[in-house]
Amino acid sequence: MRITCPLCGERDRREFYYKGAALVRPAEEADLAQWDAYVNLRDNPAGPLAELWYHEMGCGSWLTVTRNTASHEILHVELASGSGLGGTP
Amino acid sequence: MRIAGKGLTAGAKTVSFSFNGRQLMGLEGDTLASALLANDIHLVGRSFKYHRPRGVLTAGSEEPNALVTLGSGALQDPNVRATTQELFDGLQARSQNCWPSVEHDVMAVNNLAAPFFGAGFYYKTFMWPAAMWEKLYEPMIRRAAGLGALSGEADTDLYEKAYAFCDVLVVGSGPAGLMAALTAGRAGADVLLLEEDSRMGGRLLVEQEEIDGMPALDWVDAALSELEAMENVRLMCRTSVSGAYDQGTYGALERVGHHELRQHSLKGSHRPRECFWRIAAKHCVLAAGAIERPIGFRNNDRPGVMMAGAVRAYLNRWGVAPGERVTLFTNNDDAHRTARDLVEAGVHLAAVIDSRHDAPDSDLYTVIKGAQVCDTGGGKRLESITVRSVRGEEKIQTDCLVMSGGWNPSVHLTCHLNARPSWRRDLLAFVPTPEAVPGMRAVGACNGSFSTQGALQEGAAAASAILQELELQAKDCALPVADDSPYRIAPLWAVPGKGRAWLDFQNDVTVKDVTQAATENFRSVEHMKRYTTQGMATDQGKNSNVAALAVLADVTGRSIPETGTTTFRPPFVPVALGALGAGAADQGFKPQRYLTSHAAAEERGASQLEVGLWYRAAYFPKPGESNWRQSCDREVIYVRNAVGVCDVSTLGKIDIQGPDAAKLLDFVYTNTFSTLKLGRVRYGLMLREDGFVMDDGTCARLGDSHYVMTTTTAAAGEVMAHLEFVAQALHPEWDVRFTSVTEQWAQFAVAGPKSRELLNGLLDAPIEGDAWPFMACGAVSVMGVEGRLFRISFSGEEAYELALPASYGDSLFRTLLSRAEALGGGAYGMEALNVLRIEKGFITHAEINGTVNAHDLGMKGMLSKKKAFVGQAMAHRPGLVDEDRQQMVGLKPIGAVKELSAGAHLFNPEDPVERIHDQGYVTSVGFSPLMGHMIGLGFLKRGLTRIGDEVRLVDHMRGIDTLCEVVEPVFYDPEGEKLRG
Repeated sequence: MRITCPLCGERDRREFYYKGAALVRPAEEADLAQWDAYVNLRDNPAGPLAELWYHEMGCGSWLTVTRNTASHEILHVELASGSGLGGTP
Repeated sequence: MRIAGKGLTAGAKTVSFSFNGRQLMGLEGDTLASALLANDIHLVGRSFKYHRPRGVLTAGSEEPNALVTLGSGALQDPNVRATTQELFDGLQARSQNCWPSVEHDVMAVNNLAAPFFGAGFYYKTFMWPAAMWEKLYEPMIRRAAGLGALSGEADTDLYEKAYAFCDVLVVGSGPAGLMAALTAGRAGADVLLLEEDSRMGGRLLVEQEEIDGMPALDWVDAALSELEAMENVRLMCRTSVSGAYDQGTYGALERVGHHELRQHSLKGSHRPRECFWRIAAKHCVLAAGAIERPIGFRNNDRPGVMMAGAVRAYLNRWGVAPGERVTLFTNNDDAHRTARDLVEAGVHLAAVIDSRHDAPDSDLYTVIKGAQVCDTGGGKRLESITVRSVRGEEKIQTDCLVMSGGWNPSVHLTCHLNARPSWRRDLLAFVPTPEAVPGMRAVGACNGSFSTQGALQEGAAAASAILQELELQAKDCALPVADDSPYRIAPLWAVPGKGRAWLDFQNDVTVKDVTQAATENFRSVEHMKRYTTQGMATDQGKNSNVAALAVLADVTGRSIPETGTTTFRPPFVPVALGALGAGAADQGFKPQRYLTSHAAAEERGASQLEVGLWYRAAYFPKPGESNWRQSCDREVIYVRNAVGVCDVSTLGKIDIQGPDAAKLLDFVYTNTFSTLKLGRVRYGLMLREDGFVMDDGTCARLGDSHYVMTTTTAAAGEVMAHLEFVAQALHPEWDVRFTSVTEQWAQFAVAGPKSRELLNGLLDAPIEGDAWPFMACGAVSVMGVEGRLFRISFSGEEAYELALPASYGDSLFRTLLSRAEALGGGAYGMEALNVLRIEKGFITHAEINGTVNAHDLGMKGMLSKKKAFVGQAMAHRPGLVDEDRQQMVGLKPIGAVKELSAGAHLFNPEDPVERIHDQGYVTSVGFSPLMGHMIGLGFLKRGLTRIGDEVRLVDHMRGIDTLCEVVEPVFYDPEGEKLRG
């Protein structure tokens, strides 16, 4: 599999470390159910899924990669810094 | 036998080799198979299950029969296909799966017992008694069945890995592949052309035909000269594409050193054996050709029965006639080319048996139409065949039967991403489904276009389409003109009749086995495959799978496409694990990280401990010490009574700078760092988002917006990635940057009551009065070298950590040691460090094991209530603050047995030692020389309320059963007076 890092270009997937689904972090005061969902509950779609990948052997960027889990087609890659995953500060 | 003057090897140098100890001669350019056939050797090996005599069947990598073992000792190579092994001077090959010899194999008795050995035989026969399976049945079956054996010695060969990138990857160098490479290369595309064989040209090397009015071979030579002259084209022989992966990634195995005698010289001085390539290609033209399939009929596996395309190859390329009186059996037109070539070469062709009533006639040979071969006779070589026709059965004497049941396009790579091939009724074959692998186009025989003209046309067309996508202009070149005869075939998978008719030669699967499977309701092709082992040998059923499923379709009354194929998986050819793992053996898999103090530690005879990839000194033995405990005890006493020096550079060090550095630290640590004064250090605890502890360490404030974070050795990488995640994904608005400086600094702990005395002789400005209180930090100068000093302690004594740029590490360590020794101290290693920290109840990743939280560690006071931090929301979950949880305690032995062990479990003394009564476990133990007994840390259910209680410590693995007293986890100087000095 090959992922196009916005900073480094197209690279082999072995340069990347996989974290999991890209989810928006709940606010600190959110109830436990929301935190439970953020920490523990995952959809497992056979299709497009936004995921977090870390370009560990490259520039060190965290990326939000939209990948079709059934075909491994990479549909979109962006820097995670632009994905708004930190929630409302 | 060799026909004088015939073939591409005509006039080549002679080469000597041995087979089963017999010295033989071949020609340069031969394969082992062609050389054996030239020497009239047809019996090459024994079959897997029945130990039937077997000979060469094919001329390619699909060969199921002619597997041999090369070399001996560590260099022994089993299951080498004689059909792809190039001959070289000194090659030594021998038959496998036979004893005492291939001629006289005692296990051939299996063949007589064949009625008992059908599909499912093992499952039915060796059912009971169950105990017999492991002891008797399995070893017995393993000895009887099987192919070549490994030497059992370590592989001394070298392997390589390599990477390549291209616009167009062309797989196969037959007419389709060459034409695609020419078209793409002429337009300037970056082309990589791979060929499995030792020579480019594909089927054009073995066919008698013309292209553009010249012999096909001349056209190949011209094409290759043109390609070689192009800078944008790379040509690679001996390279098989093994798999197609996502986004245009391909794996390929290059056989670099299989065609020459291995040099038994020093490792590293000879060529690698194989090189595994990982190729990223924008586009791929798959011109992998087709594989001819046998016909199932009784005793169709005798040595001397060969594929028609292979016989053409042996004849035209290597000048080898496969027999003296040849017969041919087919259901298609293509095999008639073999008949023609044989006759033209002067080989006696007794008859052509064609199953079709409308088979083409010939002036050159007799065609028996509408007839079938229904049996063969002979032993270690074919002697006769029985032909059945409307006239009845007749026996024909023959020493070679050429057969062809048609051709299967090599669709394998197109199916590696899960696609299934499509059935073409007119070809009676599966062809690639378009777009099965994104970016891959199948052309030529691989796409079901079996004529040379069709191959050239499709190769050019695929390349032109790719050029358009690459926005390159195709050069205007006329398509060469070549043979365009149609491929005509009639269905014939297996000839009806009694006896065994082989489908999978390598795994000894017969038509009867497939029928049996269907009868027992293993009707799905995947079930049939597993029940019969059809296609599960090293050849993966390349020439037998389609016929087997056709037989299954017939028995189950379904069509072939309805029955479907099994799954095609990489690798297409066997790939040695050594090649896949090239560069990752030994230290390549696990590089060694050495400290700057490593050489000095080695000189002192230090025993090394592996900590992740790091090597750290465990202890420094002195003369007269006979075991590690003596050294460890002495080193602990150094620190407690004088001064010890320990290299702590392996701890992760992260330099953090920026106006928002404090915000980042407040967010990743549970406690507050924004309030930390300049020139001070604070201990910090980090949680994961789920509320469990991730790591701990100290963090020093060196400037207003400059911190240095220390992580544990184990979690250095994890913490770095975590910080990056927080800073990039969660809080990109913060202005903060950080970088790992672990290897930039050599850092040494100087610990003990005399630590200040030691440093004061070394620092350019001595430590005076209260200038460096506990947890102070700052810049220092050591003999003019700028460094950092931290007054922190992992031992409980007054202690400092001195850091200098890593290039000074070796000399600093030696200097510190000589000064420590002068003060009655010395170096201490990991063992002593561990004892010292257990005495103080300090935690490591033995305690932070991923299942403990701050409450368990007695650190709930460190969870700030005034700010947000990672893990805060989950840290107070009901389950995590439950008072029934296991909490960290100290353990002290009482009673006669004084031994403790990490990993032991804790029980109430009155309870039976059973899992349900488990009260906790021990994480760390050590012998405290101060206390004169062992001490331990562990987690105990409601531990903090049980101080003073007795627990029973049990370790069944080490046979330890000790009564312990539960104590506070801090054994030494609980008030911390010593470390504050």
